[in-house]
Amino acid sequence: MLAWTILISFLGAAALVLLPAESRRAARHTALLTALAGLACALAGAVQYERSAASGTPVDLVNFSWIADLHIHFHLAADGVSITLVLLTGIAAVAGVLFSWNIERRTREFFALYLALIGSVYGVFLSFDLFLLFVFYELAIIPKYFLIAVWGSTRREYGAMKLALYSLVGSAMVLVGLIAAYVVSGAQTFDLTELAKYHFPAAFQHWAFPLVFVGFAILAGLWPFHTWAPTGHVAAPTAGSMLLAGVVMKLGAYGALRVAMTLFPEGLRAWQNEIALLAVIGIVYGATVALVQRDLKFVIGYSSVSHMGFVLLGLMTLSKIGLSGAVLQMFSHGIIAGLLFAVVGRMVYDRAHTRDLTELQPMNLSALAPFAAVTFVIAGAASMGLPGFSGFIAELQVLAGAWQVFPRLTLLAGVGILVGIAFMVRVWIKAFFAEGDIKASAIPIEPISMPERAGALVLLGTTVLIGLWPGLLLNLITPTLNSTLFQGMVKGGPQ
Amino acid sequence: MTLSLDWMIPLIPEEIVIIFALAALAVDFAIVRRMNPAVRWRVIGATACAGCVGAMIWIGRATNYGTSEMLALSPLTQFIKLALLGLALVVVVLSLDARFTRHTGEYYALLLLATAGLMLLISSENLLMIFIALEILSVPLYVLTAFDKTREASAEAALKYFLFGSVAAAFTLFGISLLYGMTGELGLGAIAAKLRTQPVEPVCYAALVMTLIGFAFKVAAAPFHFWAPDVYEGAPAPIACFVASASKVASFFVLAKIVIDGFGPIRGGAAWNDFRAGWMPVLAVLAVLSMAGGNIAALAQTSVKRLLAYSAIAHGGYALLAFFGNARQMLPALLFYVITYALTVLGALAVAGAVENSANGDRMAAWAGLGRRAPLLAVCMFIFMLSLAGIPPLAGFFGKFYLFTAAAAGQPHLGMLWLVIVAVGASAISLYYYLQVLKQIYAVPPPAGAMPLRASRAALFPIALLAALVIVFGCAPGWLLGRLSAVLNSSAF
Repeated sequence: MLAWTILISFLGAAALVLLPAESRRAARHTALLTALAGLACALAGAVQYERSAASGTPVDLVNFSWIADLHIHFHLAADGVSITLVLLTGIAAVAGVLFSWNIERRTREFFALYLALIGSVYGVFLSFDLFLLFVFYELAIIPKYFLIAVWGSTRREYGAMKLALYSLVGSAMVLVGLIAAYVVSGAQTFDLTELAKYHFPAAFQHWAFPLVFVGFAILAGLWPFHTWAPTGHVAAPTAGSMLLAGVVMKLGAYGALRVAMTLFPEGLRAWQNEIALLAVIGIVYGATVALVQRDLKFVIGYSSVSHMGFVLLGLMTLSKIGLSGAVLQMFSHGIIAGLLFAVVGRMVYDRAHTRDLTELQPMNLSALAPFAAVTFVIAGAASMGLPGFSGFIAELQVLAGAWQVFPRLTLLAGVGILVGIAFMVRVWIKAFFAEGDIKASAIPIEPISMPERAGALVLLGTTVLIGLWPGLLLNLITPTLNSTLFQGMVKGGPQ
Repeated sequence: MTLSLDWMIPLIPEEIVIIFALAALAVDFAIVRRMNPAVRWRVIGATACAGCVGAMIWIGRATNYGTSEMLALSPLTQFIKLALLGLALVVVVLSLDARFTRHTGEYYALLLLATAGLMLLISSENLLMIFIALEILSVPLYVLTAFDKTREASAEAALKYFLFGSVAAAFTLFGISLLYGMTGELGLGAIAAKLRTQPVEPVCYAALVMTLIGFAFKVAAAPFHFWAPDVYEGAPAPIACFVASASKVASFFVLAKIVIDGFGPIRGGAAWNDFRAGWMPVLAVLAVLSMAGGNIAALAQTSVKRLLAYSAIAHGGYALLAFFGNARQMLPALLFYVITYALTVLGALAVAGAVENSANGDRMAAWAGLGRRAPLLAVCMFIFMLSLAGIPPLAGFFGKFYLFTAAAAGQPHLGMLWLVIVAVGASAISLYYYLQVLKQIYAVPPPAGAMPLRASRAALFPIALLAALVIVFGCAPGWLLGRLSAVLNSSAF
């Protein structure tokens, strides 16, 4: 069932390419149907997985020999961690289409690239052959570039190229590590579970781990390699930023966990403290920079760097609670960042034609667009990590896990949370609730449309649902972290 | 004394090509000279096509393999000849709508003669034969490069090509004569046997380097690449395609043959922990210079053809990585890479030719909005560019991946990983300039009042076919790899 998500997305993209260029309506509906079908498959697959495999082991979906000379298999499989992220991708994809309903220029091409990106992301999350995973990982670069370069806004060509080159440099590092791991293990397999059983020499792990981990983590916004993230998010069209923050950054974190950490547990031990330090610097730095931004999108862009720092910090704890917090934070941040970008990019920028906080201040947006204001306030509260939202559970778990390993760094991360509350309150006041000079009726503003409301409700509903009932996802995540694949990593060596 | 013609039998495919080359001349002189150009190009082009197809059919049917001192006929050489004939056939078809010269017969005759030179080169087992074949290949190419008499660039390119080529040939000849002086042999196998038993003298390394220079020129490896940008830009488009694809495949194959068969005993080492004199360090230096120089120079180009030329230099550098693989993987990796690369660059240059014809130049600005003006050409160029950049699931990605894996696995203790790191890094940089072209095509709107670009069917059909092949070989590389290992196993190379 889950393998269909990939196929459906690429088929949808292909169908869009074949549509006549003028049919915008048909393009939108095709994209929405494809995204919904993908989400349906993801949900069905998740239910099926939870019923059948309570032990959290990976379940094979597709496995056949692809390139026999190099022992490469087309191997798709799923466990709790990948299913969590597949669900996130499905939800983000549907919401992204809804928030792109107003794209009038080259609609068909936009949605074709969009669905190709979604398909590649599903592919990364479901690949259990490293070659295949890398193929999907690289495949995602091109749609990202064009989505930003053609449909983006501020400095779009610069942002697009920066993102493409950062991604490619990251994947180049990963590629070197993968080839080296393949050769060292005897050039017999690219299969993830097989390679995880192989005991790589400690000296090899000590340089291979940082290479592969950082290669992936560049895309997760690891400080100081995060600089693509704010410019990329700002330059991207609304759905582009939603996907970048929502799922593309998770590709990096997922790769770091799934590949770098499981293959090289000893290297992980050796570099654990350094990477945790970078993660915490990211948390504090991202929040602090967000505090002084004038462009609303830059605020959200830097806040993503900060929140992804929690994911990386959680990964470095190597405790079950920290790891499950990290995975949950990937999901939670994907939903919340998507929502924030949707409000800023679609509801505010497309109507007010500015994202500058000083220019928004006199507009009194809370009166002009109350729906946007309410959505933003709720999303901001979720982003701060208030109880009742998914971010609370996730960040709490990360901090609890981190407290046991890095108490001092955890205190710093706590400061990061406080700054996070501060920048969000600043944005609330400046963008929405300042007492404006201009009368509300002075600017004609188009009302919030149905697709926007639907998209916002989907995302809001998800974060509240997981916030109130985190067991829905933790039941998927926790058993998987107890499975042999991840236990080797936690215990510092293969079983 | 009886006159035996048996010696001619192994060379029948080459002879077919030469006969059709002469036939193209004869048809031109005798029949179609006074007809209108469209008919004339088609009739003579059809003759040239017939030559290529005839030779392919013969190769496909014949199974008389064997090796003499001079020539080797094995499933492997025949397979590569088939690939070369296929590439030549595409060039012949692409030329059908060319109108840059009135000398149609001579044009096709020279093209076929160069193809015959390529085929002979593949089979040669003797340094002198290799040299002769190289000249049979090169001289027609020098002339063909100058064939567009309406453009100064064409003459300039030909002059540069000729001057660099002849100096490089002189080096090679000098290297061969030194080798002959030391070993008294010209056959590759015999030289290797002598090198294995004799103590290796210093002058031997001089001979090695000089011989390799000639081939470094042929494959446009830095620092012997200076002719390439001018030839790619100045030569008539189909000839640039031929130089970039078929000529490159053959040169790489012969280079592999020489260093493995002939210089096998003095391979030396280029691993980070084991640097010894021999051909390995020479090729490693060439590879690094080509990858770095080619990619950096390409970043600054504004003409797409020159950009492709510098990217070709970089790709030559990647291909050199195969020489560090182990015996089992080296040739499949090299051949898969150069064959798929040839298909890709042939297509890209053909698109560049079509754009140049309609826009009077191939500056970046001429590509603006091509996605609107010629959707099919644009999609094909999209595929070619991404394949060159090494984006999956296209042939260029798997080709590079296989090369890099082979090189990393080739020497013990990941000895050549440093070169793989250079290659992967260079390849990451290269995405920048390929995306510049694609940005012009898709992101930049067409200039106001731009007309749709109509490419002729003779150009569109081969370009679309090449793009399809690039996708197929990328998604399912198993077929070509399987063929390559099958012919390699039965050739005992």
